[in-house]
Amino acid sequence: MVNRVIVGAHYGLKDWLAQRVTALVMLAYTLLFLVVWPRPMSYASWNALFSQGWMRFATFLMIASLLIHAWIGVRNIWMDYVKHTGVRLALQVATILWLTGCAGWAMQILWR
Amino acid sequence: MPDLTVKRRRPLWFNLSPLNLPVPGLVSIFHRVSGALLFLGLVAFLYLLELSLASESGYAQAGDLLRAPAVKLLVIASIWAFLHHLCAGIRHLFLDIDVGVSLHAARRSALIVLVVSLALTASIAVRLW
Repeated sequence: MVNRVIVGAHYGLKDWLAQRVTALVMLAYTLLFLVVWPRPMSYASWNALFSQGWMRFATFLMIASLLIHAWIGVRNIWMDYVKHTGVRLALQVATILWLTGCAGWAMQILWR
Repeated sequence: MPDLTVKRRRPLWFNLSPLNLPVPGLVSIFHRVSGALLFLGLVAFLYLLELSLASESGYAQAGDLLRAPAVKLLVIASIWAFLHHLCAGIRHLFLDIDVGVSLHAARRSALIVLVVSLALTASIAVRLW
Protein backbone atom coordinates (compact mmCIF):
# COMPACT_ATOMS: atom_id res chain seq x y z
CA MET A 1 0.00 0.00 0.00
CA VAL A 2 1.26 3.43 -0.91
CA ASN A 3 1.47 5.49 2.24
CA ARG A 4 0.11 8.85 1.20
CA VAL A 5 -2.88 11.00 2.04
CA ILE A 6 -4.87 12.06 -1.02
CA VAL A 7 -7.88 13.51 0.73
CA GLY A 8 -8.43 13.92 4.44
CA ALA A 9 -12.17 13.91 4.83
CA HIS A 10 -13.11 10.49 3.39
CA TYR A 11 -16.61 11.80 2.83
CA GLY A 12 -16.72 10.08 -0.54
CA LEU A 13 -16.50 6.59 0.96
CA LYS A 14 -18.80 7.48 3.86
CA ASP A 15 -21.48 8.74 1.49
CA TRP A 16 -21.04 5.80 -0.86
CA LEU A 17 -21.56 3.41 2.06
CA ALA A 18 -24.42 5.45 3.56
CA GLN A 19 -26.20 5.40 0.19
CA ARG A 20 -26.08 1.58 0.17
CA VAL A 21 -26.93 0.99 3.84
CA THR A 22 -29.93 3.34 3.67
CA ALA A 23 -31.02 1.59 0.44
CA LEU A 24 -31.01 -1.77 2.25
CA VAL A 25 -33.05 -0.31 5.15
CA MET A 26 -35.66 0.98 2.68
CA LEU A 27 -35.68 -2.36 0.83
CA ALA A 28 -36.29 -4.20 4.13
CA TYR A 29 -39.10 -1.77 4.99
CA THR A 30 -40.70 -2.29 1.57
CA LEU A 31 -40.77 -6.06 2.14
CA LEU A 32 -42.11 -5.55 5.68
CA PHE A 33 -44.82 -3.21 4.38
CA LEU A 34 -45.95 -5.76 1.77
CA VAL A 35 -46.43 -8.27 4.61
CA VAL A 36 -48.18 -6.03 7.18
CA TRP A 37 -50.16 -3.84 4.72
CA PRO A 38 -53.82 -4.19 5.90
CA ARG A 39 -56.13 -6.03 3.52
CA PRO A 40 -58.90 -4.94 3.19
CA MET A 41 -57.85 -1.33 3.71
CA SER A 42 -59.95 0.84 6.01
CA TYR A 43 -59.28 3.76 8.32
CA ALA A 44 -59.55 1.45 11.35
CA SER A 45 -57.00 -1.11 10.10
CA TRP A 46 -54.66 1.56 8.67
CA ASN A 47 -54.75 3.55 11.91
CA ALA A 48 -54.33 0.39 14.01
CA LEU A 49 -51.20 -0.54 12.02
CA PHE A 50 -49.61 2.87 12.58
CA SER A 51 -50.50 2.97 16.28
CA GLN A 52 -48.23 -0.05 16.89
CA GLY A 53 -44.95 1.04 18.46
CA TRP A 54 -42.80 -1.16 16.20
CA MET A 55 -44.52 0.12 13.04
CA ARG A 56 -43.84 3.74 14.05
CA PHE A 57 -40.24 2.82 14.84
CA ALA A 58 -39.73 0.95 11.53
CA THR A 59 -41.44 3.70 9.50
CA PHE A 60 -39.31 6.37 11.13
CA LEU A 61 -36.13 4.36 10.39
CA MET A 62 -37.25 4.10 6.75
CA ILE A 63 -37.95 7.85 6.52
CA ALA A 64 -34.65 8.75 8.22
CA SER A 65 -32.85 6.48 5.71
CA LEU A 66 -34.81 8.07 2.88
CA LEU A 67 -33.75 11.57 3.94
CA ILE A 68 -30.05 10.63 4.10
CA HIS A 69 -30.34 8.75 0.78
CA ALA A 70 -32.13 11.71 -0.81
CA TRP A 71 -29.51 14.15 0.47
CA ILE A 72 -26.66 12.22 -1.18
CA GLY A 73 -28.58 11.73 -4.43
CA VAL A 74 -29.85 15.30 -4.75
CA ARG A 75 -26.45 16.73 -3.77
CA ASN A 76 -24.89 14.67 -6.59
CA ILE A 77 -27.41 16.13 -9.04
CA TRP A 78 -26.57 19.70 -7.93
CA MET A 79 -22.83 18.94 -8.16
CA ASP A 80 -23.18 17.53 -11.68
CA TYR A 81 -25.36 20.20 -13.27
CA VAL A 82 -25.07 23.45 -11.29
CA LYS A 83 -21.69 24.98 -12.09
CA HIS A 84 -22.12 28.33 -10.32
CA THR A 85 -20.70 27.86 -6.79
CA GLY A 86 -23.03 30.32 -5.07
CA VAL A 87 -26.17 28.91 -6.68
CA ARG A 88 -25.03 25.36 -5.93
CA LEU A 89 -24.35 26.20 -2.28
CA ALA A 90 -27.77 27.84 -1.96
CA LEU A 91 -29.47 24.78 -3.49
CA GLN A 92 -27.53 22.41 -1.22
CA VAL A 93 -28.39 24.42 1.89
CA ALA A 94 -32.05 24.57 0.83
CA THR A 95 -32.04 20.79 0.31
CA ILE A 96 -30.57 20.16 3.79
CA LEU A 97 -33.08 22.52 5.43
CA TRP A 98 -36.01 20.95 3.58
CA LEU A 99 -34.96 17.39 4.46
CA THR A 100 -34.35 18.30 8.11
CA GLY A 101 -37.80 19.88 8.25
CA CYS A 102 -39.26 16.70 6.74
CA ALA A 103 -37.62 14.65 9.52
CA GLY A 104 -39.49 16.75 12.10
CA TRP A 105 -42.72 16.53 10.13
CA ALA A 106 -42.41 12.73 9.89
CA MET A 107 -41.91 12.44 13.67
CA GLN A 108 -44.96 14.60 14.25
CA ILE A 109 -47.04 12.41 11.89
CA LEU A 110 -45.92 9.12 13.43
CA TRP A 111 -46.09 10.08 17.13
CA ARG A 112 -49.25 12.19 17.17
CA MET B 1 5.96 11.32 -39.03
CA PRO B 2 2.14 11.29 -39.23
CA ASP B 3 0.38 14.64 -39.26
CA LEU B 4 -1.34 14.73 -35.84
CA THR B 5 -2.98 18.10 -36.36
CA VAL B 6 -5.15 16.75 -39.15
CA LYS B 7 -6.18 13.79 -37.01
CA ARG B 8 -7.04 16.03 -34.08
CA ARG B 9 -9.35 18.13 -36.20
CA ARG B 10 -11.52 15.18 -37.23
CA PRO B 11 -15.13 15.82 -36.25
CA LEU B 12 -16.34 13.90 -33.20
CA TRP B 13 -20.05 13.30 -33.25
CA PHE B 14 -21.24 11.92 -29.98
CA ASN B 15 -24.98 11.52 -30.23
CA LEU B 16 -25.94 11.59 -26.57
CA SER B 17 -29.71 11.62 -27.02
CA PRO B 18 -31.28 9.08 -24.61
CA LEU B 19 -32.70 7.05 -27.48
CA ASN B 20 -29.19 6.41 -28.70
CA LEU B 21 -27.91 5.17 -25.32
CA PRO B 22 -27.19 1.49 -24.72
CA VAL B 23 -29.68 -0.10 -22.28
CA PRO B 24 -27.41 0.19 -19.18
CA GLY B 25 -27.01 3.92 -19.93
CA LEU B 26 -30.77 4.29 -20.22
CA VAL B 27 -31.29 2.51 -16.88
CA SER B 28 -28.63 4.75 -15.34
CA ILE B 29 -30.19 8.07 -16.41
CA PHE B 30 -33.67 6.81 -15.49
CA HIS B 31 -32.26 5.90 -12.05
CA ARG B 32 -31.31 9.55 -11.60
CA VAL B 33 -34.55 10.92 -13.08
CA SER B 34 -36.70 8.57 -10.96
CA GLY B 35 -34.73 9.53 -7.85
CA ALA B 36 -35.31 13.22 -8.55
CA LEU B 37 -39.05 12.55 -9.07
CA LEU B 38 -39.23 10.66 -5.77
CA PHE B 39 -37.52 13.56 -4.01
CA LEU B 40 -40.15 15.94 -5.45
CA GLY B 41 -42.93 13.51 -4.47
CA LEU B 42 -41.75 13.30 -0.85
CA VAL B 43 -43.93 16.26 0.16
CA ALA B 44 -47.04 14.57 -1.29
CA PHE B 45 -46.13 11.28 0.39
CA LEU B 46 -45.82 12.89 3.84
CA TYR B 47 -48.96 15.00 3.29
CA LEU B 48 -51.03 11.93 2.38
CA LEU B 49 -49.62 9.90 5.28
CA GLU B 50 -50.55 12.69 7.67
CA LEU B 51 -54.02 13.16 6.19
CA SER B 52 -54.81 9.43 6.12
CA LEU B 53 -53.80 8.95 9.77
CA ALA B 54 -55.37 12.15 11.11
CA SER B 55 -59.02 11.07 11.23
CA GLU B 56 -61.71 8.99 9.56
CA SER B 57 -62.68 11.96 7.35
CA GLY B 58 -59.02 12.69 6.56
CA TYR B 59 -58.60 9.08 5.45
CA ALA B 60 -61.64 9.41 3.14
CA GLN B 61 -60.33 12.74 1.85
CA ALA B 62 -56.93 11.18 1.02
CA GLY B 63 -58.74 8.37 -0.81
CA ASP B 64 -60.84 10.83 -2.84
CA LEU B 65 -57.74 12.83 -3.68
CA LEU B 66 -55.90 9.74 -4.95
CA ARG B 67 -58.88 8.75 -7.09
CA ALA B 68 -58.98 12.03 -9.04
CA PRO B 69 -57.91 11.21 -12.64
CA ALA B 70 -55.14 13.84 -12.80
CA VAL B 71 -53.72 12.68 -9.46
CA LYS B 72 -53.97 9.06 -10.60
CA LEU B 73 -51.56 9.85 -13.45
CA LEU B 74 -49.12 11.31 -10.91
CA VAL B 75 -49.56 8.25 -8.68
CA ILE B 76 -48.77 5.94 -11.61
CA ALA B 77 -45.72 8.05 -12.52
CA SER B 78 -44.59 7.83 -8.88
CA ILE B 79 -45.11 4.06 -8.85
CA TRP B 80 -42.92 3.77 -11.96
CA ALA B 81 -40.28 6.02 -10.38
CA PHE B 82 -40.34 3.93 -7.19
CA LEU B 83 -40.18 0.56 -8.99
CA HIS B 84 -37.50 1.64 -11.45
CA HIS B 85 -35.39 3.17 -8.68
CA LEU B 86 -35.85 0.03 -6.56
CA CYS B 87 -34.96 -2.43 -9.37
CA ALA B 88 -32.05 -0.34 -10.64
CA GLY B 89 -30.83 0.02 -7.04
CA ILE B 90 -30.90 -3.75 -6.46
CA ARG B 91 -28.98 -4.22 -9.72
CA HIS B 92 -26.48 -1.60 -8.54
CA LEU B 93 -25.93 -3.42 -5.23
CA PHE B 94 -25.14 -6.64 -7.11
CA LEU B 95 -22.71 -4.79 -9.40
CA ASP B 96 -21.06 -3.34 -6.26
CA ILE B 97 -20.24 -6.84 -5.00
CA ASP B 98 -18.95 -7.81 -8.47
CA VAL B 99 -21.97 -9.89 -9.47
CA GLY B 100 -22.91 -9.54 -13.15
CA VAL B 101 -20.20 -7.09 -14.16
CA SER B 102 -19.42 -8.65 -17.57
CA LEU B 103 -20.74 -6.60 -20.49
CA HIS B 104 -23.20 -9.31 -21.50
CA ALA B 105 -24.57 -9.83 -17.97
CA ALA B 106 -24.77 -6.08 -17.27
CA ARG B 107 -26.72 -5.46 -20.49
CA ARG B 108 -29.08 -8.31 -19.74
CA SER B 109 -29.74 -7.19 -16.13
CA ALA B 110 -30.29 -3.60 -17.32
CA LEU B 111 -32.92 -4.84 -19.78
CA ILE B 112 -34.55 -6.88 -16.99
CA VAL B 113 -34.70 -3.77 -14.74
CA LEU B 114 -36.28 -1.71 -17.53
CA VAL B 115 -38.84 -4.37 -18.49
CA VAL B 116 -39.74 -5.58 -14.97
CA SER B 117 -40.34 -2.08 -13.59
CA LEU B 118 -42.44 -1.10 -16.63
CA ALA B 119 -44.43 -4.37 -16.52
CA LEU B 120 -45.12 -4.05 -12.77
CA THR B 121 -46.13 -0.40 -13.25
CA ALA B 122 -48.49 -1.39 -16.08
CA SER B 123 -50.10 -4.17 -14.03
CA ILE B 124 -50.64 -1.83 -11.05
CA ALA B 125 -51.88 0.97 -13.35
CA VAL B 126 -54.50 -1.35 -14.87
CA ARG B 127 -55.73 -2.32 -11.41
CA LEU B 128 -55.84 1.30 -10.21
CA TRP B 129 -57.80 2.57 -13.18
